[in-house]
Amino acid sequence: MSAEREVWREALGVVLATSAYGVSFGALAVAAGLDVWQACVLSLLMFTGGSQFAFVGVFAAGGLTALPSAVASAALLGVRNVAYGMRMSPVVGGGVWRRAAAAHFTIDESTAVAISQSDPRLRQVGFWVTGIGIFLGWNATTLIGALVGDVLGDPKTWGLDAAAAAAFLALLWPRLKQRQAIAVGIAAAVVAAAFTPFLLPGLPVLVAAVVAILVGWFNWFGRPDAAATAESTSEVAR
Amino acid sequence: MSVWSAILLAALICLALKAIGYLVPPKVLEAPRPARISDLLTVGLLAALVAVQTLGDGQSIVVDARLPALLVAAGLLWLKQSFLVVVFAAALVAALLRLAGLAA
Repeated sequence: MSAEREVWREALGVVLATSAYGVSFGALAVAAGLDVWQACVLSLLMFTGGSQFAFVGVFAAGGLTALPSAVASAALLGVRNVAYGMRMSPVVGGGVWRRAAAAHFTIDESTAVAISQSDPRLRQVGFWVTGIGIFLGWNATTLIGALVGDVLGDPKTWGLDAAAAAAFLALLWPRLKQRQAIAVGIAAAVVAAAFTPFLLPGLPVLVAAVVAILVGWFNWFGRPDAAATAESTSEVAR
Repeated sequence: MSVWSAILLAALICLALKAIGYLVPPKVLEAPRPARISDLLTVGLLAALVAVQTLGDGQSIVVDARLPALLVAAGLLWLKQSFLVVVFAAALVAALLRLAGLAA
């Protein structure tokens, strides 16, 4: 009961911080040359912030001739949602329509809130509250942003960019108990930052995901699969 | 390619990618290696998002009000404060530093 309420609070905190960014997306989309409807359709149908910002950013930089690259960058940034869908598939359970709806609500934030919960029921609550909440909030603020542009002011003035970073950190924190997870967390953060100047926004996160996959595949810094014995130095070295 | 067709094509690709994850058989996640990779992928993605959300500005790395705000958030998490307290404090720190002109 109180655990479920805590999930609601956590989810709504993420919903508020994330939805606020819809204002900047709507405003940027219109500034890039899209009309209000086009901005809204991106938020309604694409509904994955990184891809939306990438599409608008490339279009703003290159215009009509850059449209194929805009599509490609949006698609590449959407690839991480495959991993999120795999994680969420057992969480949301059965039913074609339920799973189809879940697929649309599968984004960074709904996945992150869901997987940081301790039991299946709380993961479900976290996923749906965050996903539906952001869908409603994000589309509303996209429309507002597109209509009134930056009249509302910069979300940075209110520290909402820092709030989003803190939200991701708060979701990460409880998962940093084992040495392997801590090593991956540090490596992923360093790699993502290091690649930021050289790749399109969003792609450094994918490169960091490759680091996690490599460490997981070879079980570096981890315990042996079979035995639960104390790790020997040779295991660590391997 | 018109703007509308580009928008619809990109949106359809992104929707399809979301759906693919749900079509992978659940058994894939049961073996130790996929389970471990999946868990570490989560940690890696969250950590990368923290880094990019804190330091990224388009394709440049900048140190601004977000970094001290994140350090305050980390301190509060260390003290086992709740999610909303942590997120609100981070926003407050960044907003105040900007208001005072102490950070960008």
